[in-house]
Amino acid sequence: MSASTHAASPSPRKPRLVCPAGSLRALTLAIDAGADAVYMGLKDATNARNFAGLNFDLAQAREGIAYARSRGREVLMALNTFADARAPERWFAAVDAAAELGIDALICADTAVLAHARDHHPQLRLHLSVQASATTREAIEFYRERYGIRRAVLPRVLTLSQVEQVCRHSTVEIEVFGFGSLCVMVEGRCALSSYATGQSPNTAGVCSPPSAVRWEDGAGGVSARLNGVLIDRYAPDEPRGYPTLCKGRFDVDGTRDYALEEPTSLNTLSLLPQLMDMGIAAIKIEGRQRSPAYVEQVTRVWRAAIDDCAAQPSRFAVQPEWTAALGRWAEGQQHTLGAYDRPWR
Amino acid sequence: MTTASPTSSLPALPPPPAALRRLITRLPIQPPSLLLAAALNRTLRPRLPVDAAAALAGHTVEIEVRDFGVRLRLALRDGRFRSAPDHGPVTLRIAADAASYLRLLRGDEDADRLFFERALVMEGDTEYGLLLKNTLDAIGPLLHWPSPPR
Repeated sequence: MSASTHAASPSPRKPRLVCPAGSLRALTLAIDAGADAVYMGLKDATNARNFAGLNFDLAQAREGIAYARSRGREVLMALNTFADARAPERWFAAVDAAAELGIDALICADTAVLAHARDHHPQLRLHLSVQASATTREAIEFYRERYGIRRAVLPRVLTLSQVEQVCRHSTVEIEVFGFGSLCVMVEGRCALSSYATGQSPNTAGVCSPPSAVRWEDGAGGVSARLNGVLIDRYAPDEPRGYPTLCKGRFDVDGTRDYALEEPTSLNTLSLLPQLMDMGIAAIKIEGRQRSPAYVEQVTRVWRAAIDDCAAQPSRFAVQPEWTAALGRWAEGQQHTLGAYDRPWR
Repeated sequence: MTTASPTSSLPALPPPPAALRRLITRLPIQPPSLLLAAALNRTLRPRLPVDAAAALAGHTVEIEVRDFGVRLRLALRDGRFRSAPDHGPVTLRIAADAASYLRLLRGDEDADRLFFERALVMEGDTEYGLLLKNTLDAIGPLLHWPSPPR
């Protein structure tokens, strides 16, 4: 991506920068690097990054909230998986815990979870998770009328003009993804990994459960297997991606290639003037599973870019050092505008 | 704005000449393993959360410093890091160059990024490896010198 300039109307609204926190350390570094808000999850299947050693217990959540609040920032809690019909109480208990903690907003997808929050904690601010997959103004309006959501995170399947349509007519705030690893983008509906492992991101909070992942060094390179299913084989010096089915390479009609999705990172820095002009309320950085160093560096770049764009939107240019810094942390080491500039719908 | 470039502040770590490296590879792994265990008992053990220590205990991890030809084996047993025997299966094997380990220890690096670039290789129990990575990430830098420019 090269530096470019854009024209935009003067003084657009400054979007809030929402950054990932997989640990208390990542939370504090994100705040120090300029995040307006961080999002985190509890140590269980109620959030879509349910990995061993990641996320917050209640004491850590309290400490993180106190740290953010003392600096005038917000903490949002991701409670964005779908409740297990056999034991939905765990999800409701997590809502109760969030209310007790005094979280600034809850990010939910499941209507049962949203209804529990609405009925038992009417003061709790609700954001509609990307996992709810609401792609139209009408769908978002349904969630506002029924559950009182105040913000919707848009799925990464929309083009820029579709985002604009939703944004111009929405009665709630709109949040979009700005940077981070992409998935096959059927958010809230992906059960692909269930085929191999019996678990999916929307139920167990993981798409490739680590217990099912095996890396095997062999003569032909390194094989990545998911519960025994070969999903990719890398040459000795070939870059790797996350071991997910959607980013695997498969033989299709005699050609071995990425059948569903390439391992790339979304990077929308160059779209910042347009996004701000549309009145986007918040920009989300993906990566609760990444290290605090990633969180700090990516937050720092986006803080500078948003501040620059807000100060002089018509003269905004993506700085080469921002692109280089973000490129360093990208999965697959390549950037894409994702669906924002896809020619097809 | 400045973005720290961790690679620009790396200490000079010239790997040993090939002949010396071959010699190091043949040396017993116990001395360096004991040294690292002692260092971790001082720097990491006190900061290890109880639940993480319980989950990590009882498994052997092999660590290879590729450019130096050094290999170590460690296990957390009875509440302390200890050198593990140079035979038998390991739960996890990690291999990287010294500079990558240093950046990780200083909290300047992202293990996923190193993994994508094949600068860090992990074999064995992926779940155990992820627990170890996330636990170390949450604890923060174990090494505070030399720090990168901010």
